[in-house]
Amino acid sequence: MYLDTLYDLTIIGAGPAGMTSGVYAARKNLKTLMLTSDIGGQTAWSSGIENYLGYTYITGAELVQKFEEHMMKFDINVQYTRVSDIRYLDELFHATTSDGQEYVSRAMIIAAGKSPRLLDVPGERKFTGRGVTYCATCDGPLFSGLDVAVVGGGNSGLDAVVQLMKICPKVYLLENSNALRADEIMREHASRAKNVEIIFNSSVVKIDGGDFVETIEVSDNLSGNTRNIAVKGVFVEVGLSPNTGFLRNLVNLNQCGEVVVDCEGKTGIPGLFAAGDVTNVPEKQIIIAAGEGAKAALAAYSYLVRLPDAELEQAEREAWT
Amino acid sequence: MSETKTVMVYSTPTCPYCRQVKEFLTQHNISFTDKNVAADISARDEMKAKSSSLGVPVIDVDGTVVVGFNRTKLQELLGLS
Repeated sequence: MYLDTLYDLTIIGAGPAGMTSGVYAARKNLKTLMLTSDIGGQTAWSSGIENYLGYTYITGAELVQKFEEHMMKFDINVQYTRVSDIRYLDELFHATTSDGQEYVSRAMIIAAGKSPRLLDVPGERKFTGRGVTYCATCDGPLFSGLDVAVVGGGNSGLDAVVQLMKICPKVYLLENSNALRADEIMREHASRAKNVEIIFNSSVVKIDGGDFVETIEVSDNLSGNTRNIAVKGVFVEVGLSPNTGFLRNLVNLNQCGEVVVDCEGKTGIPGLFAAGDVTNVPEKQIIIAAGEGAKAALAAYSYLVRLPDAELEQAEREAWT
Repeated sequence: MSETKTVMVYSTPTCPYCRQVKEFLTQHNISFTDKNVAADISARDEMKAKSSSLGVPVIDVDGTVVVGFNRTKLQELLGLS
C-alpha cells in the first residue's frame, strides 16, 4: 500500500543515533517519520553505563527510557516496523517495510545500528529463546541456579560473565583465541571468580538438548578434540554486524558492511545520511552515536532548505495528499 | 472500545523490553498482572510451560501467548488501533 504523505525526512532506527536525529529534526520543524523495529537499539542491552555524560551510573533500560521520553515530546511519526528495501527515485527515497507499506521522503538518515552476530552452529536457531540468548541483561536472571556458558571474551562477554557469576553455580567462558579481549578490570573480575572457568582456544560446534538447551559440544581449536559440557544457557557474545542488508547496493559499504560517511554523516547520495554504529565511525559508543545523529539531522536540514524547490514545499505536499 | 481481556506479563526487572511492554499496556489502559520470573521460580516454570521458551517478556492475552514485545500482535489481540 502506498501512503500519500511526503515526508521531509525518514529516520531508520531508534537507537541513540536515530532518536537524537529525531529530536534535532523535529526541532527544525521537519516533517519526520521514524521507521524502527524497537526503541533503544544496543543501549537497551547494556546492564550498566558509566560513561554517558550526566550519569555516573545508569542502566541501559533507564537511559533508553530517558531518550524515549524526550523524543516522544516532539511531533515524530514513529512506525514500528522493519525496513526491507530502500529505493532512490527522482531524488526521493522510497522505504518499503516488511508489512508491505511504502513511505516516501525527500531525505533519509540510516541509523539502523547493529545486531548480534550468530555462532552459526547446529542447534543455535532451534534453541534460540530456549536456552540460547543474545541479551544477558534481558534473560540472565532466568538462569539463576543453573550452569551456563558465555561465548566470547570481549567486553560484552565479560559483562555477561560478571552478571551471571553472581547467580549461577558455574559459568563457562569460551574464547576462541588464547587471550580475553575485554578491559582489564572485567578480566580481573572473571579470573578471580571461583565459579568461572575460562576455556581458551575453544569453539562451540553444536548446541543440543530436548525442549531446552542441555549441552554444548566444544572443540579445542589447537588439538581438534571435542568435549560435551552440560549447561542450561548459552549466552552468545561474539560481536555485532551492521544492519545494512536492506540497503543492498544503494550506498558504499566498507569491508565490515558499515555505511561509509563523511564527518557530516553524508553518504555518496544527496539527501541520504547515516549515523551511529551502522556507519564507519571508528568508535561505537552511545554518546558518539548520539552526536553523530545530531550531525546527520543538521546536515539533512541544511540539504533540505537548499533544495531548489524548497519554497514550493507546501504546494508539493498538497499535490501528494 | 475493546472487551476486557485477561493479560499476564512475565518479566524480569532488568529487561528493557519488559518495561516497554508494560508501558505500552498502561498507555492503552490495559490492566495486567506482572509476574517477576527472576524472583518467582514457579512463575518462571509457568512461563516456560506456556511459551516453550526461556526469554522475556512473555505476554499472555486470554491464553494466547506472545514471546517478545511484538507490538503489532499485541495490538491485534487487544483490539487496539
